[in-house]
Amino acid sequence: MEQLPKWADLVVVPLVGLILAFILSMLMVFATGHDPMEALKLMVSGALGSTYGWGYTLYYATNFIFTGLAVAVAFHASLFNIGGEGQAAIGGLGVALVCLFIPWPHWTIALLAATAAAGLFGALWALIPAYLQAKRGSHIVITTIMFNFIAASLLNYVLVNQLRPKGAMDPATAKFPEPSHLPSLGEILNSVGIPFAKGTPANVTLLVALAACVFVYFLIWRTRLGYQLRAFGKSQPAAVYAGINPVKITIITMMISGALAGLMAINNVMGEAERLILGSVEGAGFIGIAVALMGRSHPIGILFSALLFGALYQGGAELGLWTSIPRELVIVIQALVILFTGALDNMVRLMVAKVLIRPKRAEA
Amino acid sequence: MSTAPAIELKGISKAFGPVQANKDISIRVMPGTIHGIIGENGAGKSTLMSILYGFYKADKGDIYISGEKVSIPDSQAAIAAGIGMVFQHFKLVENFTVLENVILGAEDGALLAPSLRKARKDLAALAAEYELNVNPDALIQDIGVGMQQRVEILKALYRHADILILDEPTGVLTPAEADQLFRILHRLKDEGKTIILITHKLREIMEATDTVSVMRRGEMTATVKTSETSPEHLAELMVGRKVLLRVDKEPAKPGALVLEVENLRVVDAAGVERVKGISLEVRAGEILGIAGVAGNGQSELLEVLGGMENGTGSIRVNGEELDLTGKHSDARSRRKRGIAHVPEDRQREGLIMDFKAWENTAFGYDDDDAYQSGLLMNNVAIREDAEGKIERFDVRPANCDLEAKSFSGGNQQKIVLAREIERDPDLLLVGQPTRGVDIGAIEFIHQQIVALRDKGKAILLVSVELEEILSLSDRIAVIFDGHLMGERLPAETDEKELGLMMAGMTGEDT
Repeated sequence: MEQLPKWADLVVVPLVGLILAFILSMLMVFATGHDPMEALKLMVSGALGSTYGWGYTLYYATNFIFTGLAVAVAFHASLFNIGGEGQAAIGGLGVALVCLFIPWPHWTIALLAATAAAGLFGALWALIPAYLQAKRGSHIVITTIMFNFIAASLLNYVLVNQLRPKGAMDPATAKFPEPSHLPSLGEILNSVGIPFAKGTPANVTLLVALAACVFVYFLIWRTRLGYQLRAFGKSQPAAVYAGINPVKITIITMMISGALAGLMAINNVMGEAERLILGSVEGAGFIGIAVALMGRSHPIGILFSALLFGALYQGGAELGLWTSIPRELVIVIQALVILFTGALDNMVRLMVAKVLIRPKRAEA
Repeated sequence: MSTAPAIELKGISKAFGPVQANKDISIRVMPGTIHGIIGENGAGKSTLMSILYGFYKADKGDIYISGEKVSIPDSQAAIAAGIGMVFQHFKLVENFTVLENVILGAEDGALLAPSLRKARKDLAALAAEYELNVNPDALIQDIGVGMQQRVEILKALYRHADILILDEPTGVLTPAEADQLFRILHRLKDEGKTIILITHKLREIMEATDTVSVMRRGEMTATVKTSETSPEHLAELMVGRKVLLRVDKEPAKPGALVLEVENLRVVDAAGVERVKGISLEVRAGEILGIAGVAGNGQSELLEVLGGMENGTGSIRVNGEELDLTGKHSDARSRRKRGIAHVPEDRQREGLIMDFKAWENTAFGYDDDDAYQSGLLMNNVAIREDAEGKIERFDVRPANCDLEAKSFSGGNQQKIVLAREIERDPDLLLVGQPTRGVDIGAIEFIHQQIVALRDKGKAILLVSVELEEILSLSDRIAVIFDGHLMGERLPAETDEKELGLMMAGMTGEDT
């Protein structure tokens, strides 16, 4: 089968998928008796038309960068980590413990400690499925999914029975003490004179996410570990031939992946909610799969697709807020984008290939 | 001759994107003959046959069967036109019986019993007519590859094929089984069937065919009567230049013992013992060739030596015991002991097909200090190193930014060889060095292996190509069912004797 030129694979295929998803979405909006152009306009302006919208879009994007990177790293080793949801939840537990029980003098130090804790907890949560895959051959897709449920239940137990302040009604921890509160993007930008809406959840964690992108780039393409995990991902027999230990590489890769997913918690738990609540991941772990697929498992691609999904989330929320388009339909639109850019990627690629490659053959 | 050709192709062309797989190919195959088609990998033989069997549609050109123009849009149409195909990799259901496989896809109705009854009768008739005896109730998984191939032929005959195409049919057979196949083919020919034999083995063309067509880079370069040509001439037609079919080498000067294997046993993942107590020695400056039909334990032998598989027994290299099961039994530890390994399957093991050539030249040696710079890999150093290797081993195209999969088989193998040989190992393990490699590159690869031997290195060669074993080895050991059947000197043996040993008969019996 002929290969698409790289630019087509990177840009045209996701774009065509996106357009298809939007056409279908707009048809559905139309079918429910609303004006599709109006809805589209509202979504775009809601997500990107104001610094307020950007404040939310970037917040969501930060989450998706972490979970997208997590999926991508595992994917390079041909491991499908569907457990980002659970790993991020457990990462949140790490963040909560660090923030609640240690009095930090300043948010910078708290951020470092919380980063370490979130990464460590996420990594450990990925370790068990990784070990089971490497040593016992239990398929990682199954085990990581299962571990999402275990994580949710564990968190439920811990929040209800251990961390819930006396007398509180909801399953959540107490508010983290003031010094561990992270500055929001609005505060940072305003302090250097750039106007940006305050009170939006985007916060300094965005910078951590960008740093994570750089880290992943170097890890995958410039280090020996990256070389080995890519080789392992492409051909396991070849990895054995080269003397790469499959058990070791599986476990290390999954722990890095889990750590990246866990890092998401500094954004949503420490940066936004400032306390740990039940179900705080809100599906970002799964969105990460679509983000990684659409971003071709490359940090730059992930950055852009995370932004797109962030905008989609924010735009969708606006749609639910200002129109009578039912909330369910907004979810449908988001699902369609995931479907077309993630799951139906190959279908779109075939269509693009037909258009791009056929004429060339006729010339030859 | 007034009879129409059984098959005539006129001006067949087929392109895949920019690659012209078949260029204006015309060929006439007379009925009742065996027609060979020979050419290197990628010459376009398989494409041409796939067009004839309806897998691909030709861009241009016509197909005539017995003088009548036909169109073959799919394999059903090919079968209806009387064409039967025996693929290199059999298309049989392992846990079905012979009979069930024969009727598969040619059942007469919803109920199986009538079809099976009819097939049983037909099979008996075919067996009598062509001496193709197979037990119709045997399960495919229980019969040997030679028998399985007969079932494939029977499948075609059951569908009333008059024209039989065989694609590389001897790849998995012992020499004796191959001879048997050729006897069957002659018998079919005598009964009026037309046979097209696709192969890259010159010997088979010379032995079995009446006429032979040579393909090179998508073109049909010549069609000649087999009786009027020679292997040297055919090789020249295939490659486009004179080719040395035999390796020129001095007698070996064996030195110190490098490899000592004692009572080696290997049990595979399924619990089957594949190597059953092998002992052998290889000295510095000699090539020990292991001959045998694929699947008799030679792969496992290489894998244990290369650190890809665990085993029991004892292996010493330069007098030092190797770890066969523990922490230091991996491939990396083996390389540190001076063992280099050119694996049997370069596409699955020896190379990462999606990696660039330069990344592949460091594969397995990525922990080399020269390739590090601090925490990162020194890609500049690796690339420089790769460029040198590619130049010295004449890898074409000489572009180390191409992915391994975009090189031809021969050039892929040169990348692997360059990586392993230039490490200056004490012991080189080589598996199927020229499998899927074009004739031109075979010459070069053989020269490199002999040159390493002449530098005083020990070489263990595993190959299923007897010709290769005979021309490269200084000593030959034959493996059968996990045992070594004995050792021979190449000057004192021949393909016939080795063939018998490969089939499990000890040399003493013959």
